Amino acid sequence: MAYTKRLDGRKFDQIREMDAKVGVIKRATGSAMFKMGKTIAYAAVYGPRDVFPSFLQNPGRGILRCYYDMWSFSVTERKRPGPTRRSTEISKVSEAALFPALDLAKFRSTGFDVYINILQADAGTRTAGINAAALALADAGVPMKDMVCSVAVGKVGNKICVDLTKDEEDYAEGATDLPVAVMPRSGKITLLQMDGNMTQKEIKEALEMSKKAAKEIEKLQVKALKEKYKGDGK
Amino acid sequence: MEEKMGKILIEERQIVVPGEELAEGMDYLPGDGSFRDGEKIYAQKVGLAHVDNRLLKVIPLGGKYLPKDGDIVIGKIVDIGMYGWRVDYGWPFYATIPLKDGSRDFIPNGADLTQYYTYGEYVACKITKVIGSKIIDASMKLPGTKKLDNGRLIEVLPTRVPRIIGKQGSMISLIKDATGCFIVVGQNGFVWISGGEPKDQLLAVKAIRLIEKEAHGEGLTEKISEFLKKESK
Repeated sequence: MAYTKRLDGRKFDQIREMDAKVGVIKRATGSAMFKMGKTIAYAAVYGPRDVFPSFLQNPGRGILRCYYDMWSFSVTERKRPGPTRRSTEISKVSEAALFPALDLAKFRSTGFDVYINILQADAGTRTAGINAAALALADAGVPMKDMVCSVAVGKVGNKICVDLTKDEEDYAEGATDLPVAVMPRSGKITLLQMDGNMTQKEIKEALEMSKKAAKEIEKLQVKALKEKYKGDGK
Repeated sequence: MEEKMGKILIEERQIVVPGEELAEGMDYLPGDGSFRDGEKIYAQKVGLAHVDNRLLKVIPLGGKYLPKDGDIVIGKIVDIGMYGWRVDYGWPFYATIPLKDGSRDFIPNGADLTQYYTYGEYVACKITKVIGSKIIDASMKLPGTKKLDNGRLIEVLPTRVPRIIGKQGSMISLIKDATGCFIVVGQNGFVWISGGEPKDQLLAVKAIRLIEKEAHGEGLTEKISEFLKKESK
């Protein structure tokens, strides 16, 4: 049976309902919440701080470190607390997705730590985490050349869809998940992973869709940032 | 031949976010918090856009203190060595006050350095040299520097410091006159309040907190002077 109608009734190029809030954690230098449907990510930035172990310090520029984690109650089957093979990987790719947007030349030998926590998971947690982290970094006053917007595209059955849910990822006839992160101003891609099978043509089509979705995410991110500082300017 | 002037795409005091276009054309220059990429100038931080003739700036609204030459900062003495004193002032690495810049008085050879400033004491010192994150020198000799004792220390957002001081120190002298307290504001966001009655000091703290809350609104000076008048009755 072909996948003709999405399980939650969305259009094929429609992202889930999103929400973003900046400055949710008062003790952090910068923080943000990003919600995509049932997926909720919180990010907190601390820094500039001294870097340990000290061989990681770079006298030429500041460094960025990400820590991705899922709360034990975020998924249906309890997730054992602590780092896993999966969370280490996602920390690494999030770091690589965010770093090209930053300009840390003035923060020599220091580092910024980004803690991404998933409170509720319904697929697309790394993309929601990156969106939240980009907002948190901007809130922390880190010089940035660009924002970072992230969205997952993929194939459910034989249809290209945007922003898959967990139910779609588990679709009986097979599904492919392709998380993408883009810097909206330059259009450069900073994250591209794939889990499943897709033809070259399908990937191109999916990336085209992700660009449109990223625009919407950027709009929301800008709105959330301006909302926090609303009282300060015009 | 007349060339086309560049165009400013933002209003004065508009909130901008990283990557937002500020101006196009080569007639404008990127200042603090902005950068040029090709023909256009973009914002680098979340802040208020500010146009100064042809220079475009972004006044940041968040973030921590970055050490800069000539800033007066308030810090705690954390270490004493042969070289002088080490000061913790909110940056990941300590600043050094070398022996020769330690005091306006003469420091004789082999003097007991704790006599000048000892562990845990606070000083307002001036940053004289920023070579790297780890090599930052400060001085206790220059005007504006002072050893701080018998007072209270509060922490404010470093981005709010220019508003607390005001134009040519107008805001801070308003609070000083109304409360009779002695106040030192460090660029790193530490504020030292001493002198006067404890209730005067608390009033000064309240006024500073009010400035911090409504830092970038219009008519702040009137608001604060009204607040001080009402509270000090």
